[in-house]
Amino acid sequence: MKVIKIEKSDLAAGLDKLRGGYRLFGPVKDKTSHGFQELAAGQAPDLAFQNTRLSPKNLVFPQSETLLAYSLDGNDPEGHIAREVDKDYSPRAVIGIRPCDAKALTLVKMNFDTDAFKDPYWLNLYNASTFVGLACDAPGGTCFCTTTGSGPFHEEGLDVLLVDQHDHFLAKVLTDKGEKLMTAAGFNQSADGDAAVEKAKTAAEAAITTAIVTDSLAAADPMALYNADIWEDIAFACINCGTCTFSCPTCWCFDIQDEAQGNKGVRMRNWDSCMFPLFTMHTTGHNPRDTKVKRTRQRFMHKLKYFVDKYNAGIMCVGCGRCVRQCPVNIDIRKVSALMNNVGDAAKCAV
Amino acid sequence: MSTYTENIQQIAQRLLKECRVEMVIGFRKGSMPLMNEPCVITQPEAVNQLVWDSNCGINLTHYLTNRKEKIGIVAKGCDSRNIVTHITENKIQREQLVIIGVPCLGMIDRRKINAMVEGDIQSVSETDDAVTVATRNGEQTFAKMDVLQQNCAVCVHRNPVIHDEMVADPVPEQNGVDQYADVAAIEAMTPDARWRFFDELLAPCIRCYACRNACPLCYCPTCFVDESKPQWVGKSQDPMDVRTFHFLRAYHCAGRCTDCGACERACPVGINMRLLTKKLNKDCLDLYGWEAGLSPDARPALDVYKANDPEDFIK
Repeated sequence: MKVIKIEKSDLAAGLDKLRGGYRLFGPVKDKTSHGFQELAAGQAPDLAFQNTRLSPKNLVFPQSETLLAYSLDGNDPEGHIAREVDKDYSPRAVIGIRPCDAKALTLVKMNFDTDAFKDPYWLNLYNASTFVGLACDAPGGTCFCTTTGSGPFHEEGLDVLLVDQHDHFLAKVLTDKGEKLMTAAGFNQSADGDAAVEKAKTAAEAAITTAIVTDSLAAADPMALYNADIWEDIAFACINCGTCTFSCPTCWCFDIQDEAQGNKGVRMRNWDSCMFPLFTMHTTGHNPRDTKVKRTRQRFMHKLKYFVDKYNAGIMCVGCGRCVRQCPVNIDIRKVSALMNNVGDAAKCAV
Repeated sequence: MSTYTENIQQIAQRLLKECRVEMVIGFRKGSMPLMNEPCVITQPEAVNQLVWDSNCGINLTHYLTNRKEKIGIVAKGCDSRNIVTHITENKIQREQLVIIGVPCLGMIDRRKINAMVEGDIQSVSETDDAVTVATRNGEQTFAKMDVLQQNCAVCVHRNPVIHDEMVADPVPEQNGVDQYADVAAIEAMTPDARWRFFDELLAPCIRCYACRNACPLCYCPTCFVDESKPQWVGKSQDPMDVRTFHFLRAYHCAGRCTDCGACERACPVGINMRLLTKKLNKDCLDLYGWEAGLSPDARPALDVYKANDPEDFIK
């Protein structure tokens, strides 16, 4: 695998060279925290962050996205015809995405890119993007990526992986897209960095001190898990807000809404959350998930059981720890998974 | 405060053993520093889960709404005021409750501490007036008054206003605090500046509704933003819809809010939406001499007419 050395002092100039061919996105600090946004001309990404407060999923899955526009004017020959709105799907580069968040996009892709359905909006943005990852040297106390199938130096979903070496980065070029971007930026100083990258990777993985236990989930009987007596206690504290789902890099649920004003309208999609009662409300008024216990159970069953069973690709969680840190009432997916795993364990021992 | 946990456990155990309650709602130790988790205890042998420290900021009244059981509930000053409001608004009956009062010295704002230390906090210890946090870079000690939630720093009702048990003697109330300095600063702005201020205040909102859902006042079976037949409010990130949610929610809390801080504490993006409710609290105090939740025998300001109510807003 090709490794390129990038002096930190050269990074900004290299990114500037990209601007002709790419729109650049990267972490920027507001008053208190980092978040991904488009970088203005001359603006450098702020790479001194542990992870962003919200995940970068909005880069390919905006919280509110207009899909179609229409006119309700009967005299308009285009009236009552919904047309796609113009979108900018020109190449974009996402600089400094953490490996957990890039891995998360590959999990979300399983949902938006199937044999039966291909979500054009999500895929167009995803395919237009080149992801330049930033390896994680100092994982936090709520990071448990290594037990989710991800890791602080995980490469899945990335085109380039940057490894911080104090005064320079070692850039592992992982795909043709990554190669193209490095060339466009003028980064071409080959380096023999494999050993240094391995060393940093081993140290970062050792710095992750917390884990999620999932080994018995796949074998567990879904109905046994569904009916287990653990849910009342897990859900008691839950206030059914959308913090966990909105901060989660793998939560992908959305709602479609028409918004019309006068005789012009748009069809848009907005993030939705399985924590909200309205999420499952039928037009009849019947709600099959009518209590918070059912909704809380759904969130964890989806991430830790249904997804596991459907895709056979592990859990729908990359261990970024955002939901753990941000839950107002401290509901912790690691604890919930351990309880669910116990149910699986108990079933294994039954004759 | 060191004896609070032990006393809460003893009281809870006694109440459960004597069948005076079917459950006790309190806090158990959280999975990370500076966080505790609301919990319900139904067995006398499980009371050792219950804890108390300065990370019990969630307003437990939220968990009482429309419950039918006999309940023991751990309540600091603001929780007790919201319990009173719940009783007044018929969301729970006084006879159902055994209120375990906790004199409160204020709750820690974990974001404030996180912003002041380098690296992840690994452990925390506290005394009545100091908090010590350990990170991989070493230990740092803060005066508790410097790291309190904003609402706690200006709280004038730290002791429960209603209780059946007390876990300790009352603490001194704070005298001479300027409760509404932040509201006065906004009132002093020009309309344009104020509008910009609110725009910036609400710009980070992701509409997760954590503020509403943490609020003990927000118990409507269906919130106006969740109505779908008809739908009153758009669901997107349109600033007009975001504002509509926050402003209308604040008005729904007029004369009811105790400034417990649950909304701000719950917000994942750090919006101080208390500034909206506090303005209405200040108006209620200035116009009607009303503070919510002080007595179950008093009718709320917006629920009664008095001959001497101010009326100069009628033009």
